[in-house]
Amino acid sequence: MISFALPATDGRIVRPEDFAQARVFGVIFTCNHCPYAQAWEDRLIRTQRDYADRGVRFVLISANDPARVADDSPERMRTRAQEKAYPFPYLFDETQEVAKAYGATRTPEIFLFDAARVLRYHGAPDDNYEDPGAVRHHYLRDAIEAVLTGATPATAETKPVGCTIKWK
Amino acid sequence: MRIEFLYWDECPSHDQALARLREVLAEEGIREEVHIVRVDTDEQARALAFPGSPTIRIDGADIVPPSELPLGLACRVYFTDDGRVIPLPTKAIIRRALRGAV
Repeated sequence: MISFALPATDGRIVRPEDFAQARVFGVIFTCNHCPYAQAWEDRLIRTQRDYADRGVRFVLISANDPARVADDSPERMRTRAQEKAYPFPYLFDETQEVAKAYGATRTPEIFLFDAARVLRYHGAPDDNYEDPGAVRHHYLRDAIEAVLTGATPATAETKPVGCTIKWK
Repeated sequence: MRIEFLYWDECPSHDQALARLREVLAEEGIREEVHIVRVDTDEQARALAFPGSPTIRIDGADIVPPSELPLGLACRVYFTDDGRVIPLPTKAIIRRALRGAV
């Protein structure tokens, strides 16, 4: 996986190496303003909480240019992380170099790694951004379950669905 | 009745939103043409008072009048009746607006 060092909303600098013990590690590009990111936000929070005890850790990264979208400023990221009681660090990729290095284009967009930090799933959280009750394919959860049991996820890649990352 | 559908191509739900609008129009027995406007630039967005994609207007009125949304190229937030965020209007939202305009 591609390493990075980015500031979190609480001021800490966060690196993937901080989660060396995690059996599954998710790098999730997202942001405040995007309706797709908001629609999936509670599901990501729930997934992190459900799997925290099994060694699954996510970090969320916003790479949007706040000059283009004021809602994605570091101050508003801090507010959102507090209001939603994020169970994961929320990082700001100000230079957008991390998003570019990962090849991320949308929010949300998930990169899920196994314990050896090999990419095991890339794409959307599931197949229904509109209605959590109508999801038929739980891509992220299914990939986590597969990785935790040493299996290969049945679906390793889906098309990320969401807003485009707002480049400088 | 003049029905306008404004969208920005980078928001992925515009096809689904347009199909949904047409479905509701058919269900309501409304045969008006849908005028489709593709918004590509910030200048165009400002000129059209475009608050995000997708936007549906009936006789010039937004089906969900935006309060303080900035104008520009963005994906638009809608809410279901039970408060969930969604990126396109529900059939119920569209239907209420159409019935209010008839």
